[in-house]
Amino acid sequence: MAEPARLTREDVAHVASLARLHLTEDELDLYTQQLAEVLDHAADVASLDLAGVAPTAHAMAVTNVLRTDEPHPCLDRDEVLAQAPSVEDHRFRVPRILGEAP
Amino acid sequence: MTGPRPALETAAMVRAGEEQAVDVLEHHLAVIDAGEESIHAFNLVTIELARTQARAVDATVTAGGDPGPLAGVPVALKDNMCTRGVPTTCSSRILDGWLPPYDATVVTRLTEAGALLIGKTNMDEFAMGSSTESSAFGTTRNPHDTTRVPGGSSGGSAAAVAAGFAPLAIGSDTGGSIRQPAALCGVVGMKPTYGTVSRYGLVAFASSLDQIGPFATSVADAALLFDVIGGHDPLDSTSLNRPTPRVLSVLDDGVDGMTVGVLAELLEGAAPDVVARVSEAAEALAAAGARVEEISVPEVRLGLSAYYLIAPGEASSNLARYDGVRYGLRVDAEDTVAMNTATRSVGFGPEVKRRIMLGTYVLSAGYMDAYYNQALRVRTRIIEGFAAAYTRCDVLLGPTAPTTAFAIGAKVDDPLTMYLSDVCTIPSNLAGHPAISVPFGPGDDGLPVGVQVLGPALSEGTLFQVAAVVESAAPHLASPRITTGAPV
Repeated sequence: MAEPARLTREDVAHVASLARLHLTEDELDLYTQQLAEVLDHAADVASLDLAGVAPTAHAMAVTNVLRTDEPHPCLDRDEVLAQAPSVEDHRFRVPRILGEAP
Repeated sequence: MTGPRPALETAAMVRAGEEQAVDVLEHHLAVIDAGEESIHAFNLVTIELARTQARAVDATVTAGGDPGPLAGVPVALKDNMCTRGVPTTCSSRILDGWLPPYDATVVTRLTEAGALLIGKTNMDEFAMGSSTESSAFGTTRNPHDTTRVPGGSSGGSAAAVAAGFAPLAIGSDTGGSIRQPAALCGVVGMKPTYGTVSRYGLVAFASSLDQIGPFATSVADAALLFDVIGGHDPLDSTSLNRPTPRVLSVLDDGVDGMTVGVLAELLEGAAPDVVARVSEAAEALAAAGARVEEISVPEVRLGLSAYYLIAPGEASSNLARYDGVRYGLRVDAEDTVAMNTATRSVGFGPEVKRRIMLGTYVLSAGYMDAYYNQALRVRTRIIEGFAAAYTRCDVLLGPTAPTTAFAIGAKVDDPLTMYLSDVCTIPSNLAGHPAISVPFGPGDDGLPVGVQVLGPALSEGTLFQVAAVVESAAPHLASPRITTGAPV
């Protein structure tokens, strides 16, 4: 398989935004260099011809894991909500999600 | 034997009413009190919880009941396993103030077995690291030399056992996080077959690799602990619903007639003194009746690269849950995306951010085939390579870590060099196989060396048999200076 292009500063800024992380300019430089080194090391994997080899996502795959359909107590609602930073009317409270109306 | 009294002996004495659990506990609390300031093995010493459990064990004995196989034995728990109502931090700021509303299955099993949960141990943040230096709460120090790292990510658990703070500890091993710190701290550490110990209540790092396992000062004590925590759990859908090997009962069966393969690829990057200890362990196994041969599994060389694509990929997905909404830290901002971003940027440390970004990158459109999917194919190749080796060998032998414990600060600025500390342990995680690290004397610098025994899936019985023979032949290793108290 062809090796992908080397990781750029713009790539790191993009993934940071996808991962909801804010980076300073200095952090962007540092992480770009460090992550590129790790990916360079991974070139031994990226450059192999493994066409026809099945991927393994799980080494000890188990399938159709079901339990009998019997009701069990679940976590206590108040105990769970007590751990949230902000709660209103038994619900998790968050800041505004949608932008201003047009 | 020198050093702290074995857990097996303590449990037997407590069960027989010859010693009280409360006295065992107070002895260990005193050892912690004397040594913890220089080691920092714990994020939290759970004194009251352990005292309550000790009184319950003693009451059971007094009433003529059976308090369980770990009666009165203090156990230290890595701080990524949920304890109801007791802080569980993963050594991260982002879980600041969180009190889990449930117990992990291992916690339930330990409690039912009569163990005393003595504390939550320090770790690399979210188990990402090989030195415990990425903890948000400061590093743990190696009891054999406090200028050195204890290894990681379960460095607090390894150091707690090495320092005599607890005879037993629990860790989690995603790429070597039990075995590598066990080797560096001179204790026994074991990663079971994937799915034999329930992950319910273990905070997820890389779900297809994470596995809980035991730390102990001896192979027999590790076997005792594995027998307690192993077994199917309906609360973990990846838990294997088949009989878990029992190991304590087969411990003395020896290695006569077994074939042991010395795995050439694991020796490649190892220091000469570490290689010498592995050779001596192999000779001891031969002397005990095993056939020893050198074997090569070339695919193992690709393990490190594959792991550092797969594990961050899974981590980037697992750690998306830390969004400031349901638990832990929230840093307020004007809208939800800004709040998520502010919370995660403040709450996660640099190593966790690196892995989240690496994982996000290798899973992103345009790169997933070249990196992540390619790594999953390499994983298949590694499993096939091991399978071929296990047609000839019962177990494989190698070092646990390439070197003895390195200096605190030596690798923190160079992530790739830090990642190389896991090169000998990662292949077993990718394959889902069990492996155990046994202390085997000192290296040239006087610090502990670990010899690793690897086996195929569900070979725990064989693995412990081999480990027991390796242990019996191990050169003397000086006890850490910190364990100065008289054994109790």
